[in-house]
Amino acid sequence: MAADGRGGDQAVSARAAEAAPDGALLVVRDLHAGYGGQEVLRGITLCVRPGEVVCVIGPNGAGKSTLLKTIFGFLRATRGAITFDGVSLLGRRPPEILRSGITYVPQGISTLPNLSVDDNLRLAAYVRRDRQVRDDIERLLDAFPALRARRRLRARTLSGGERRILEVARVLLLDPRLVLLDEPTIGLSGAAVEFIYEKIGEFRRRGLAVLLVEQNARTALRHSQRAYVLEQGRVRFEGGGEEILQHPEVRRAYLGGRA
Amino acid sequence: MNLLLTAVVQGLIMGLVYALVSLGLGLIWGVVDVVNFAHAEYMMWAMYATYFAVAGFHLDLLAALPIVVALGFLAGVCTYAVLIRRIMSAPAVTQIFTTFGLLFFLRYSAFAAFGPDFRGITWPPAGGSVLILGVPIGAAQVDAALAALITFGLLHAFLQWTKTGKALQATAQNPAAALALGIEVERMYMLAWGLSIATAAVGGAFLLTFYQVSPTVGDAFLLLMFASVVLGGFGSVLGPLLGGVVIGLVESVAGNLVSPTFKLALVFGALLLVLFLRPGGLLGQERRG
Repeated sequence: MAADGRGGDQAVSARAAEAAPDGALLVVRDLHAGYGGQEVLRGITLCVRPGEVVCVIGPNGAGKSTLLKTIFGFLRATRGAITFDGVSLLGRRPPEILRSGITYVPQGISTLPNLSVDDNLRLAAYVRRDRQVRDDIERLLDAFPALRARRRLRARTLSGGERRILEVARVLLLDPRLVLLDEPTIGLSGAAVEFIYEKIGEFRRRGLAVLLVEQNARTALRHSQRAYVLEQGRVRFEGGGEEILQHPEVRRAYLGGRA
Repeated sequence: MNLLLTAVVQGLIMGLVYALVSLGLGLIWGVVDVVNFAHAEYMMWAMYATYFAVAGFHLDLLAALPIVVALGFLAGVCTYAVLIRRIMSAPAVTQIFTTFGLLFFLRYSAFAAFGPDFRGITWPPAGGSVLILGVPIGAAQVDAALAALITFGLLHAFLQWTKTGKALQATAQNPAAALALGIEVERMYMLAWGLSIATAAVGGAFLLTFYQVSPTVGDAFLLLMFASVVLGGFGSVLGPLLGGVVIGLVESVAGNLVSPTFKLALVFGALLLVLFLRPGGLLGQERRG
């Protein structure tokens, strides 16, 4: 269960595409990245398959958010490989990565506070050039009645939970193949957390791949097929969601004891 | 009472002119988060460009206007691409010295190119005066105020009703979130600089019909521009509009009814009072949510 490189593969970057584990959509190999001279990711290897929710947990500063930022091109990798459907993402900028089929919901509030809910949704489809956007927004508002009632209001007037719902709803407008969620339930109440995970479950049933980072580890693990435990920029454990949830060492270190 | 009405009408008209030349300063400040101390120098260069187009090439002002505005847009885009892009993540002090340096560069290259003389044009439609509420106002000032209203209307429509305009607003509110939505934030910054200097060019062109240009013409305007933007507040084009009008009104009423000596003291006194009561300006909005 302890993670290591798969069989001493040294030429990882060159061979990442062909060496992708059985049908993985996103493959991260020996990824190093950081801020300035400070290395935060110190050789992360993981993968996400279509129709799979994979969660990354770990203590503060383990590199969870940095991992998502690096995958989405906000940070430059200093070493290693990231491939999406066999194509390298290294050196690409966020708008290009978005167009290739990945959406990213950053940590904290990423809605646009002084624009209406409607405008937030329209801008979520900013990279789309087709004429279906309006219809798709209407269908989306049917699925999220709380947003329909507030569509003309500025996003800043929404509650924290409503803004998070808006962020998750935006994902659907781009019909992505991979969703990166950074702490989707931070600061939310129980009902809102359930709603967000219900939607994440729907993403999975549509065949999307979801990579999510959570501080709220127990709930996240219960809703994930697989999980990675990060510590100081390395993968410490990996396994099935339930498996990790029951693992004595993980329980002791990250889930608040009662092993 | 008649004196007050005269002061109010004159203040309103001049206020719209202040608003027009301030608009671009607020736009860059709000979208790009850079304070452009050189804004009035771009206006000065636009005045020279208008002067040479009208006095040198014998173009009508309205024929020269699209050329001057296009040159202004281009100058803004180039300023961003060549200079500002490099200092976007630099400390605020670096940014301030950069645009301050730009101020001196633009001013003294104007001195070198055109000398210290004052130059003006006469534009026939701006001759004489018109009556507004019974108060005679120079037609040139009224034309400039109309140009201000049209420019504000066009920019407001662009920001509110076009996808690119919304993307520009998104960039102003949260650049990282905008980037995550696929908005090319760099291109939005470039667009903001282009639009900013283009509006300064509209202002400069119309200002020239009643105000002579010299390389130091910016001195009279830079502080009023800052006052208009800060007083009105960030986040929409309506901030500088309201700010400019309030500044114009206070200046005119104070100058006519109290004493011309004190008018600027009263303008900045009003600014401090507004900031004391509403630190974000009259129409201030939450920024960088």
